[in-house]
Amino acid sequence: MSTGTIGKRGAARRPQANSLTSGQLPRFFELYALAGSLFVAAGLLAIMGFNVVGWLVASAILYLVSLGAFSSIVENRRRATDRVVRGLVIVAFLLAVIPLVSTLWEVVSRGIPALDWDFISTSSGATFDPSTLKVTVRYGALQSIVGTLIITGIAAVISIPIGILTAVYLVEYARPGNWMARTVTFLVDVMTGIPSIVAGLFAFSLFSILVGPKAFSGFSASVALSVLMIPIVVRSSEEMLKLVPQELREASYALGVSRFSTITKVVLRTAVAGLVTGVMLAIARVIGETAPIFIAASFSNNFNADPFHDPMNTLAVQIYAAFKFPGQDVAQSFQSAWGAAVLLVILVVILNLIARLVARFFAPRGLR
Amino acid sequence: MSNETISRPGTGRPADATTGKAGGRPADRVFLGLSTGSAALIMVILAAVALFLIIRAAPAIAANWTTDPNLSHGTTAGHADFWSYVLPLIWGTLWSSAIALVIGAPIAIGIALFISHYAPRRLAGILGYLVDLLAAVPSVVFGLWGIFVIRPFLLPAEQWLVQHLGWIPLFEGPQSGTGSTMLAGGIVLAVMILPIVTSISREIFLQTPRLHEEAALALGATRWEMIRYAVFPYARSGWSAPSCSGSAGRSGRPWRWR
Repeated sequence: MSTGTIGKRGAARRPQANSLTSGQLPRFFELYALAGSLFVAAGLLAIMGFNVVGWLVASAILYLVSLGAFSSIVENRRRATDRVVRGLVIVAFLLAVIPLVSTLWEVVSRGIPALDWDFISTSSGATFDPSTLKVTVRYGALQSIVGTLIITGIAAVISIPIGILTAVYLVEYARPGNWMARTVTFLVDVMTGIPSIVAGLFAFSLFSILVGPKAFSGFSASVALSVLMIPIVVRSSEEMLKLVPQELREASYALGVSRFSTITKVVLRTAVAGLVTGVMLAIARVIGETAPIFIAASFSNNFNADPFHDPMNTLAVQIYAAFKFPGQDVAQSFQSAWGAAVLLVILVVILNLIARLVARFFAPRGLR
Repeated sequence: MSNETISRPGTGRPADATTGKAGGRPADRVFLGLSTGSAALIMVILAAVALFLIIRAAPAIAANWTTDPNLSHGTTAGHADFWSYVLPLIWGTLWSSAIALVIGAPIAIGIALFISHYAPRRLAGILGYLVDLLAAVPSVVFGLWGIFVIRPFLLPAEQWLVQHLGWIPLFEGPQSGTGSTMLAGGIVLAVMILPIVTSISREIFLQTPRLHEEAALALGATRWEMIRYAVFPYARSGWSAPSCSGSAGRSGRPWRWR
């Protein structure tokens, strides 16, 4: 009875075959609208001169406008707003994907030609051929790869224990409202906001007091990176330790296990996957830092594996230096920058992948 | 008490906590010392950073820039004092951050909405990971991208702006020949703040109680109305914070590649 009335009323207002779909755009209208706007925009641009970017922008605008117009005519204003907002949100997401894809594409397409075994296995340098009196400049990344690994490695060795122990203090030892816990939490926040270049200046001035002028060294760069890395490690470890269920601790204490053993064998053991993930992401975050290393370790084309003396190079600094201070052959110098960029991106992606995989496979059941 | 232990994990104390000490075993004491020491070390490091900055910066701020032998030549020549040198830099920092924020924040909020409320549940995780990948790209690589892609890409647009909107003081010529402009820098910074603003906004949007959303939908609200009247009011308190911290973290980047 009631359905019949509704059906009749709908039919009376809008004479359509199916009363349920009356006053609505067809089901896949958004797809049609998209295809239509792509087509129309292509047509318009074909008259004015075609380019891909203009085409996509024009079709996005056409799509949103036509969707809004059709929907407000056939449906109502509320539906129209809803559809347009959905379109806008999707456009926002696509806008974010463009720089990602474009960056990776540029890095790969420009960097791969520079990348061969010679580039990875030799340091930069110049050779002088006495018979032809020509100086050949060679670009290699070996000194930067070694420098990156050493500097980031030392920074990790400094930051991981400090960061995890601080998180243990904050979560396991400090009473809520304890002044020190509150201060440390606040200071970690402040530290997260330290611009990386300021960390570099700090390390450089610290070491120029300790060692003397021209105190460029890989170790000083590691100290700068640690200042950046410690707060990231503290933050992520704190989150992970808080996820460990309270019952596990209580069960352990109830069995008479000491606090040290409870923390190391129960709490840290349970949280290990999260801790490793956090640490990996922190390393990935600082491995691409340029400014602090440029200031604290300067840059150098010479191979140097001694972190305590003489300037060291990292991949990020090599990119910067190759662009900022190109050699005689500018194109070749730029190409070496892109080559180093590929290596750097590969390193970062590997670290991220390890982090994701560890988080995925070693997470305790129930937290997965 | 028991309530507190449950609500804030990690504060449960074993019996010996009543004495205020951390157990009698040496390992316990050493571990307590180590972790407290690490927390204290963080305070020391931060104090050292602040101290060094002040000590090293004070002479430059106080110096007479026209007569000081270190400051009267080179890049700092011709400046009467510290402020005349640094004000343009402060302006540049604020200006590029503002451009980044104006471009980046709405897009980031859109992405966060897309991931939290529009994308199919199964896709959401992958899309979130894609945005996180942006955060993994080293800043120097974005710098290269800005030079080799954004600059040439913007040149025609800038030319158009100078030609047609040159009467607005903001777009007045002469045009930069290389495309090395604040707009290019701002766009690169905008891309770099996207991931952090997105992830924080996403967290905030996801905190909206499910029941509020379902109630809104049950009353016949469209999805957008649900977001507007249930999600946004709930998120308002945390909304300005992510955008600001996102840009604060990036404005310290030195990539003004001139």
